[in-house]
Amino acid sequence: MAKVTFLEAIRQAQMEEMTRDERVFIMGEDIICNVFGTTTGFVEAFGTERVRDTPISENGFIGAAAGASMVGMRPIVDATISSFLYPAMDQIMSIIAKSRYIYGGQARLPLVIRSCLFYGNSNAAQHSDRNYSMFMNVPGLKIMVPSTAYDMKGMLKAAVRDDDPVLCFEDSTCWTSKSDMPDDPDFLIPLGKGDIKREGTDLSIIAIGGGVPLALKAAATLAKEGISAEVVDPRSLVPLDKEIILRSVRKTGRAITVDPAHQSCSAGSEIAALIAEHAFSSLRGPVLRIATAETHVPFSPLIEKALYPSAERIIDAARRLVGARETVDA
Amino acid sequence: MTDGQNDRSLEKYRRMQRIRQFEDLAEAIHAQGEIPGALHTYAGQEASGVGACMALNTEDYMVGTHRSHGHPIAKGAKLRPLMAELLGKATGICKGKGGSMHLSDFSVGSLGETSIVGSGVPVAAGAALGSKMQGNGRVALCFFGDGATNEGAFHEGLNIAAIWKLPAIFVCENNGYAVSTPASVAVPVKDIAERAKAYGMPSIIVDGQDVDAVEAAVAEAVERARTGGGPTFVETKTYRYADHAVNMGRILLDRGAEVDEWRERDPLKLYRAKLIAAGTAADILDRIEKEVADEVADALQFARDSAYPTQEEAFDDVFVDRLPIPDFIKA
Repeated sequence: MAKVTFLEAIRQAQMEEMTRDERVFIMGEDIICNVFGTTTGFVEAFGTERVRDTPISENGFIGAAAGASMVGMRPIVDATISSFLYPAMDQIMSIIAKSRYIYGGQARLPLVIRSCLFYGNSNAAQHSDRNYSMFMNVPGLKIMVPSTAYDMKGMLKAAVRDDDPVLCFEDSTCWTSKSDMPDDPDFLIPLGKGDIKREGTDLSIIAIGGGVPLALKAAATLAKEGISAEVVDPRSLVPLDKEIILRSVRKTGRAITVDPAHQSCSAGSEIAALIAEHAFSSLRGPVLRIATAETHVPFSPLIEKALYPSAERIIDAARRLVGARETVDA
Repeated sequence: MTDGQNDRSLEKYRRMQRIRQFEDLAEAIHAQGEIPGALHTYAGQEASGVGACMALNTEDYMVGTHRSHGHPIAKGAKLRPLMAELLGKATGICKGKGGSMHLSDFSVGSLGETSIVGSGVPVAAGAALGSKMQGNGRVALCFFGDGATNEGAFHEGLNIAAIWKLPAIFVCENNGYAVSTPASVAVPVKDIAERAKAYGMPSIIVDGQDVDAVEAAVAEAVERARTGGGPTFVETKTYRYADHAVNMGRILLDRGAEVDEWRERDPLKLYRAKLIAAGTAADILDRIEKEVADEVADALQFARDSAYPTQEEAFDDVFVDRLPIPDFIKA
């Protein structure tokens, strides 16, 4: 076991899957020059036929990935930054999500579209989207937002082997985090299986992507105050491991969702609704949502940072929620 | 004409007849409410689809459009599952989940008939990329209309096919109108094929009412694609007789005598006359027409006799595994 970073986990997953299966290939903008370090050594290993630089033409190359996948290839598209998925919404929403369905199961689209959530670093509104929630509103797309290097590698390998299209969102605030990594070339974490990142009894914090390390930090502080927080990481949003969330909330009776997305119609909001609908009788207080404030992401660092979820906001919400117990019980 | 050529000619005639008669019947029962939703007919464009598909092998790929009835029949699809699909039946080619805009038969190489204009072009480029990477010698042909050539997806797909020299054929079926908007006011060049120049792509303009001419043009493109010469753009000048969708636009669009003028150059009528002039006995063609009529009637009977999908089947094929069925559906 070696400790590897989140970005290295992506590189390893891709390298191993491309080595294992020659139908797997990668394409996207500036893959060969390797902007974020997830394709180091790929051209040398696989050549430019399987490591393809594309024109800046997201709708074109994401659509081409769809076509290639329908004829038996298994493309990985590196779309770089998740904001760049917007020019390709036509292909993602109308072709990739729906082709299997409208043709009655005749089509199979085994492809992975990777993109990073590039926020928190003064890149302004057009490069800072955390937009996975938008894609949850159309059936047909599997969506993963892992928070650790370990999960990233196991899930990305599973995504490449999945016969359905998968959108892989990579939270850039997790890029340098490290995990002990198994050496098993068949190390896989199935999509649709959440993970308890910390066990607790007083409240459940259901956190997504970069919200997970914040929740863990908050939980450590809360523990010193005698508040035992459980941190639940769904890891994939489609399919969503509803049971692991509901089981935790039924145990603790309190829930906070943490989602780096804007709050309206976010994954955190969907999970809050799920809890309200299916675990209402277990709740001892309202489900609280920690998300990004409903404004655009500004450039200036002094006004950007405060908009996002933070350990402090989670701690504050947890204290209020646990305090509410005394009020209710009295 | 040799026997082989004659067989091929008769097959072209048969496929055009299949499309025409399939749609005539579909239009009749649509008027009676037996087919739900909109019906986008291909009548008038048969030579374009059949000519193009006759230049392909069964295993070659094809991507089409919302005007989807003609393409699969042109490529050799069986009629029963197509008619059943129009009626929304479980035995339909898409199990009743696609309908008139999506008659796509993957068993004859189709990779979809998509109803977002232009969206098939990148898909076809990708299929051609897959063929190239697999070295299997297959080509991918994409049908689209004049209207699609104003979409970004069209330009992006052509560019990718051109820079990677992909084995693709882009067939613009220029029927003169995008719904009600004439190509003359929506496209700034006289011939849409000129747009291929921007991608360094050879192009051919062909009479879309002449099935042999279309086949020859596409065959040239296929030969280039198979031998590593990259993509070709083919513009077939053609015409659709009906409104954008049947009975949708009589008020929107008055094309006056234009429809009758084009009917003078009806592709089936032209081809029948050509075959007879070349020595084919009229009764051979009559027999084909009769056989096709029986085939189409059989397809309708099959569709009528078929069951509708169960409500649970609405949850199949979103993913490879069936989705959970919600309680209100179970109840």
